[in-house]
Amino acid sequence: MDIHSFFKYYIKIRKGEQEQNMENALIAPAQYVFLFIPTIIFSLLIPIIGVAIFAYIMALRMAPLAKAAPDKRFDQIPQRIFNVLKIWLAQYRQPRYRTAGIVHIVIFFGFLILSIRSCSLVIIGLAPDFVMPGFDGVIGHIYNVLKDYAATGVLIACCIAAWRRVVVKPARYAVPAKYGKDHTAEALFVLGLISTLMISESLFEATEVAANAKAGLHVEFLAPLSLVWFFRLMLMAASEGVLQGLHIIAYYIHDLTFFFFLCFLPLGKHFHVITSLFNVFFMRVRRGNIKPVRYGIDEDALDQLESFGVKKIEDFTWKHLLDFYSCADCGRCSDNCPANAVGRPLSPRFISIKGRDTLFKNYPIYPYGAAFKKSEPLIGSVYEEDEIWSCTTCGACEQECPIGIEYIDKIVDLRRGMVDEGLVPQSLQKPLKAIEKRGNPWGKMEKKRAEWTSGLPEGVTVKDITKEPADMLYFVDSITSYDDRMQSIGQATAMILAKGGADFGILGKDEKDAGNEIRRFGEEMLFQNVKQMNTEAILESGATRIVTADPHAYNVLKNDYTGLPPVTHISQFIAQSVKSGALRLKSAQDNKVYTYHDPCYLGRHNDVYDDPRAALDAISGLKRVEMERCGDRSFCCGGGGLMLFYEPEEEQRMGVLRVEMAAKAGANVIVTACPFCLVNMEDAIKVAGLEGQMEAIDLSELVAQHLA
Amino acid sequence: MADIYAYITHKNGVADDSALELLTAAKKIDAGAAVTAIVTGAGDVDKVAAEVAASYAKVFTYKNDALAYPNAEVVRKLLITAVPKGAILLVPHDTFGMDLSPGLSIKLDAVFLSDVTDIEGVSGTTLKAIRQEYSGMVSTHVTCDIAGGAVVNVRPGAFPPDESKSGSGAVEDKSGTIGDLSAKRKFLEVVEAEVGDVDITKADVLVSIGRGIEDQDNIEIAQELADAMGAVVSCSRPIVDAKWLEKSRQVGTSGQTVKPKVYLACGISGSFQHLGGIKGSPFIVAINKNPKAPIFQVADVGIEANIVEFLPELTEAIKEL
Amino acid sequence: MDILVCVKRVPDTAENEIEVNKSGSDIERDDLVYSVNEWDNYAVEEAIQIRDNVGGTVTVVTIGDDESEEVLRREMAMGADSGILVSDKAFEGSDGKGIATLLKAVVEKGKYDLILTGAQADDGAGQVGGMLAAMLDYPYASLVNKVEVKGDALTVGREIEGGNQEMNEISLPCVLSIQTGINEPRYVGIRGIRKVASVEIPTYGPGDLGVDASLVGTAGEKVKRLDYFVPVLGEGAEMLEGSTEDIIAKLIEYLKAKGGLK
Repeated sequence: MDIHSFFKYYIKIRKGEQEQNMENALIAPAQYVFLFIPTIIFSLLIPIIGVAIFAYIMALRMAPLAKAAPDKRFDQIPQRIFNVLKIWLAQYRQPRYRTAGIVHIVIFFGFLILSIRSCSLVIIGLAPDFVMPGFDGVIGHIYNVLKDYAATGVLIACCIAAWRRVVVKPARYAVPAKYGKDHTAEALFVLGLISTLMISESLFEATEVAANAKAGLHVEFLAPLSLVWFFRLMLMAASEGVLQGLHIIAYYIHDLTFFFFLCFLPLGKHFHVITSLFNVFFMRVRRGNIKPVRYGIDEDALDQLESFGVKKIEDFTWKHLLDFYSCADCGRCSDNCPANAVGRPLSPRFISIKGRDTLFKNYPIYPYGAAFKKSEPLIGSVYEEDEIWSCTTCGACEQECPIGIEYIDKIVDLRRGMVDEGLVPQSLQKPLKAIEKRGNPWGKMEKKRAEWTSGLPEGVTVKDITKEPADMLYFVDSITSYDDRMQSIGQATAMILAKGGADFGILGKDEKDAGNEIRRFGEEMLFQNVKQMNTEAILESGATRIVTADPHAYNVLKNDYTGLPPVTHISQFIAQSVKSGALRLKSAQDNKVYTYHDPCYLGRHNDVYDDPRAALDAISGLKRVEMERCGDRSFCCGGGGLMLFYEPEEEQRMGVLRVEMAAKAGANVIVTACPFCLVNMEDAIKVAGLEGQMEAIDLSELVAQHLA
Repeated sequence: MADIYAYITHKNGVADDSALELLTAAKKIDAGAAVTAIVTGAGDVDKVAAEVAASYAKVFTYKNDALAYPNAEVVRKLLITAVPKGAILLVPHDTFGMDLSPGLSIKLDAVFLSDVTDIEGVSGTTLKAIRQEYSGMVSTHVTCDIAGGAVVNVRPGAFPPDESKSGSGAVEDKSGTIGDLSAKRKFLEVVEAEVGDVDITKADVLVSIGRGIEDQDNIEIAQELADAMGAVVSCSRPIVDAKWLEKSRQVGTSGQTVKPKVYLACGISGSFQHLGGIKGSPFIVAINKNPKAPIFQVADVGIEANIVEFLPELTEAIKEL
Repeated sequence: MDILVCVKRVPDTAENEIEVNKSGSDIERDDLVYSVNEWDNYAVEEAIQIRDNVGGTVTVVTIGDDESEEVLRREMAMGADSGILVSDKAFEGSDGKGIATLLKAVVEKGKYDLILTGAQADDGAGQVGGMLAAMLDYPYASLVNKVEVKGDALTVGREIEGGNQEMNEISLPCVLSIQTGINEPRYVGIRGIRKVASVEIPTYGPGDLGVDASLVGTAGEKVKRLDYFVPVLGEGAEMLEGSTEDIIAKLIEYLKAKGGLK
């Protein structure tokens, strides 16, 4: 069929449909007259007023975004479109919570399907014979069946959701008193609105179909067992007058509810219905890195900035404010937040909710024309110092958020603001000053940075790459260099590198703390300092690749530094060397059960999940189990770097929870691949009273023990 | 040789331990010196004077209501006239001595030696003494010319007390010589430290407990030992985690940095975070049932024992002293 | 209230391993890092807080070489309004009394209601504040851990033995030496220091201060440091063995010798 004849055929079908539609038993809302008033007036007024109010609210909601700090979110468009398709449209992250996820997916797709029907309904109020372009043929019929089931599905989903809210009450929905009032009422109200939409839409159609059927006119096919199908069944006995009345009432209830709902969305957590699409499009594309202090300001021009970081709400970037609007209050972030789990004063969900409430308060929509409020400093009013320092930047919240809300950059920006104001806990001032003076948080002497090499077994030598060229640079970083216990990771790494045939060396006293936590604790200028010194030293060394056993160093060198040779983690080196045959490992000689704990900066921030496991599995006979929380849902050990120096109030330690998880999995050895994890795990084993039953070891140590 | 005077601090009618330590220090300056003790105060003066008269050659007492509490500004005003030109005055280097002596030395136009830990002697008019610097990490020999007199602050505990009781018993009431004692600084009151509000960073002796204490009820064992020793109880992180002691008692990089003279690490394995909180090279006694505990590497004296059994025995032994 | 805070640049003991050099004439200074004396930092924070409460100015002064300017800038980055560097060859080697003499001249050149010092420095004797007060005939309180402004006078708390606090009323002008823990000094990073990098800091020499040269520097030194040495300490733990009674007897001996028993 050529396009011309197709068009003719299309016109013909449309005409036919219209003729059929003409013959309806009931008077359409557009033609109905109630007490001498043609109801078409309502059909006209409701949308006009609704859209006007909606536009007004949205304009005010956008006002702070216009005043916010710049952000860079129009790059990598293909990746962003992919994110929209995967995370927004395909609801990729929803089923991580099975029931809630499925309920949401049903409502989400129901909304997508019914949005077309709702729009055409609005127009039908004015033009009774209106059919969405393209929906007047087979597609229209298929669509009708689809939307009948969609409405039914959404209604059922709403019931399940309401039941969860009222009866099941999942802990993650609860609002602790310090964070404000419970949100259940709002949630139920919205579920009621949605249900009203579903019921009124179905009723509107069912009355017409029932009346037509009774009059022996054309009857639209109704999806069996759908809501509208049930309604029609029930209404077959009703008189025409009742049907006509219901038809009109259902229409206007739907119309009113629809526009009320539209205007209600930007007033609370259901704003996400509008913003999530954009939020996902603009979500972070790169991982592991930290945003610059201010987009558009070069690192060497930072001195020109009057103020650093976020101090008042408008100091956030516009995307971060959009995040606040988008938060659906689902609590998944906080449910996965280790800080929240141990009772620290941080719950990421309320970073968003409190931010959103501040925006709502400062940019009031009522009364009309109310002045914007002057922004107060956030710290001390909206957020507390301890709250912001409590974050380990483990990234579990961002990994979980179904709509791409970011937390780490916000926390870091708030910390930058606090550092700029001098609001740094005393326990953190010392290590920061020590890094400034000595390049390591303990203030140990630079010349002792390579002292760990004296404990190496004979035959293993580590070059000083500043004197003797080497192909590979082993970046040791501070804790492995200076901490007595962790030095063994350095020694194990050197042994593995040597056995694997690598030509490697270290920077020795020229190495400074890599600065992963310096940056994440908001001391940007100090970070820039160490970054510059390390970059110069690394480039001068002539190394063509970098290896490290410290995921924090790995992350920062890979994601926050620029212009360096490629960086690998020792677990990747081991996996590759085993594969190539350069490394051979002995089989395990014990009957212990091992479990691998994913370090946040190796796993979540850099997607290195498989190599450490491959390295473990290269030790034949090693029995390995997985903890329930593994891979991208790994549970932070308590935090590394400067986090060792800061202890917020907490009910228990993250490490203890983690060790208990390992015990639950049936393991008696926790293998980590990060010195900070090892510190925290070893401490936690003692605190949990599991000495003798549980032990912790670094992957490099374990592999070094099994070098053939 | 110049006259030597010693300022006696006292509380509740009892002379401070430093009273006899100053005498030892004085005799290191001049073995044959007839040292005069100065006792100032209101009601308790005679009682204290009688106590130290057994050891000192002479005791001068100054009684006045203005001296009831040792307000350094008032005491200084008194001593400017009481201590003759060219004399050597020894003062304990406690919070009172630190308050008093620097300014007094200026007013007396005498040299000031602060926080002396040992005295090597005098040759001619040159006094040679030992002081510590950098939180005790290094010591130095210092000399000064004492021809014009000297105020020497002596570190409490650095000199053994002179128990010879070779005093003459002579007490002289000098209250009549007291001149104007008005001062621009007025003592108001002493606010006692709240219970559980002890500042472990200022303690000279810490009985520090770790996981080896096993049970909250056993904290008492450590407290009893600390009471017997005149020490303060501190702890490592797990004890705070368990909420057995308040956070202010925690030693470590994330807790308090302490600079005691003696540190009893009881049932503490010695993580670097913990050791990072101990500064100033104290004398560390480690008591741990695990002979391989890293604390033994940094301790001066080690005892392999279960602290729950060992500490009560130690407490008993100290009480019997 | 116009406040002068006297600060000092010292080797940072928290970040150094202090060792004596081969000849014993000094500590090994090659690998040292310096910072503002910890106590002085609390004094500056306290001055800033007082100023912010009642108004006035905060001036920081230090005596030293050009490198000492760094500590002035750090304290100005904290919030001090101005700095004074007292520096001259003739001032080098001043002992506590010499330093107090120089500071007296600085005080007399300006007009200050309150002068703060740190209670002590790691390489000092905790004497300058008291000497300065006596030279100026100002009242003085040491080890101050609380300051409250009450009109023309201050209510100050002193930290005394047992964690107790001695409360005093002291008239202005006065000198206070500040104990650590009185406040929580704010953080100063590299950025803060760079912000005040271009602020002019006057340098006072002998001509500006008009002090008698024989009273300061090595010429005026009353207490001379002869050498440095390391106090003898044990190597690793000496394990006490034998019966419990023997162990306890030996331990008590040690405790007595080290001042562990009172």
